Amino acid sequence: MRHLLILGAGTAGTVMANRLARRYKTALRAGDMRITLVDQDPVHLYQPGLLFIPFGDYTREQVERTRVAQINDDVRYVQSPIERLNPVTDTVTLANGDRLSYDLCIIATGTRIAPEETEGMTGPGWQEKVFDFYTLDGAQKLAKALADFQGGTLAINVVEMPIKCPVAPLEFAFLADAFFTKRGIRDRVRLVYATPLDGAFTKPASSKSLGFLLQEKGIELETEFNTGRVDGEAGELVSWDERTIAFDLLVTIPTHKGADFLAAVPGLTNAMGFVHTDPRTLQAKLKPNLFVIGDATDVPASKAGSVVHFQSEVLEENVRRFLAGETLEPGFDGHANCFIETGHDKALLIDFNYETEPLPGHFPFAWGPLPLLKESRLNHLGKLAFRHIYWNALLPGYDFPGVPPQMKRVGKIYPAEVART
Amino acid sequence: MLPLAAIARTPEGFLEHVEDWDRELALVLAAESGLPELTDRHWLVVDYMRTTYLTKGDAPTIRTLGKESGVSIKELYLLFPKGPAKLAAKIAGIPKPHGCI
Repeated sequence: MRHLLILGAGTAGTVMANRLARRYKTALRAGDMRITLVDQDPVHLYQPGLLFIPFGDYTREQVERTRVAQINDDVRYVQSPIERLNPVTDTVTLANGDRLSYDLCIIATGTRIAPEETEGMTGPGWQEKVFDFYTLDGAQKLAKALADFQGGTLAINVVEMPIKCPVAPLEFAFLADAFFTKRGIRDRVRLVYATPLDGAFTKPASSKSLGFLLQEKGIELETEFNTGRVDGEAGELVSWDERTIAFDLLVTIPTHKGADFLAAVPGLTNAMGFVHTDPRTLQAKLKPNLFVIGDATDVPASKAGSVVHFQSEVLEENVRRFLAGETLEPGFDGHANCFIETGHDKALLIDFNYETEPLPGHFPFAWGPLPLLKESRLNHLGKLAFRHIYWNALLPGYDFPGVPPQMKRVGKIYPAEVART
Repeated sequence: MLPLAAIARTPEGFLEHVEDWDRELALVLAAESGLPELTDRHWLVVDYMRTTYLTKGDAPTIRTLGKESGVSIKELYLLFPKGPAKLAAKIAGIPKPHGCI
């Protein structure tokens, strides 16, 4: 009997468990195969919803469901923290004492914020004047602080890349502008956006569009700002090269790390605990029977749910090929697709991959209906509808008609120099 | 050393081919980036960057540099103002560090 072990029941682990359970239904029911999914806690969090909690638009109830309810009945779900992965003996030891052997293991343990990595961040002022919104607890406490905020400087900073959902900090800035405008105190609030990047975003065309939006909304942009330390009490954010931003409220996106038990395996991860992964096949570089999906990889793609969706189609095929002894398919192209909330019930949509930066045009077809890299109400409705798509189509692991895993060129307007080649 | 103009570079000034690099060229690249001289501390970082890239295929991040090169993050910013990883990579003749998505 073959055993497929999946570590982590977040978006990536859940999607993979459900896809593989459907593919191997017969083998599972005949007892020729077993799929085990492990996670440390019972609640599945709809992470894209965290962006809306600080502004009081979503409640806790709207973003939480039990993990078990999202998982196919043919999958065995085990709830326990993971203690150790041993790629030499192909075993995983759980905190509950169980030792699981596997034929194939999928690492889907995601990423978590590590505010303690920045000097002073979790010191005095943490969750009083310094907040994160990448955890439910942080987002809820920030909601209270924002509701009570009467004016002053609100700084938003990204400590270092990579981060989960790289557009979320920008969305937060746009939504904060709209939030204070609605409350009628926008003229008393200074918004500052500090990033280690050399522009608003990573890629030139979108960096320009998003930078323009920041300007239009009166949000100051501080680039190449590498956060060295935070003084919550004094309200100071200081860069390594000694630039200081004074704040009354800081919304920070702390350093992100992979799971500690992975970082403890020699040669498996980079310095941040992200697993060295083949960017096309999603196989771990350390050992052939280890695969990686979602935020846990070190591939240069966005850490986002849409990426997981596109990766899952490729990984399902590669699990099949690996079990059949066939050559893996180098099918993942870095495809990501993100709605960017820009406030006042509008949103932008971007679609890109390893080679192609986000470009203007239409999605998913040449005629639309969604415009790319342009603010529209339809994109905002798309973002809101995504919550239902997430629970009912993405997590169960269904393919989306018209949206294949590889990025489509159709509908995109290429700059002249790209079009010529 | 080839004249700078004869060397293929990206629009941002990174070398297209790592093998075009030598220590004299590093000095020229440094001067162009506003560093008139390279001290032993600069060289320690530049050599570490280049060796890591050539052996592992990836440039180290600032965090790794701070932990493993023997130069603290604080000092890295003093040696290579603004973006140490980027600037040191340019001087070391290796591609612009990626992973910033």
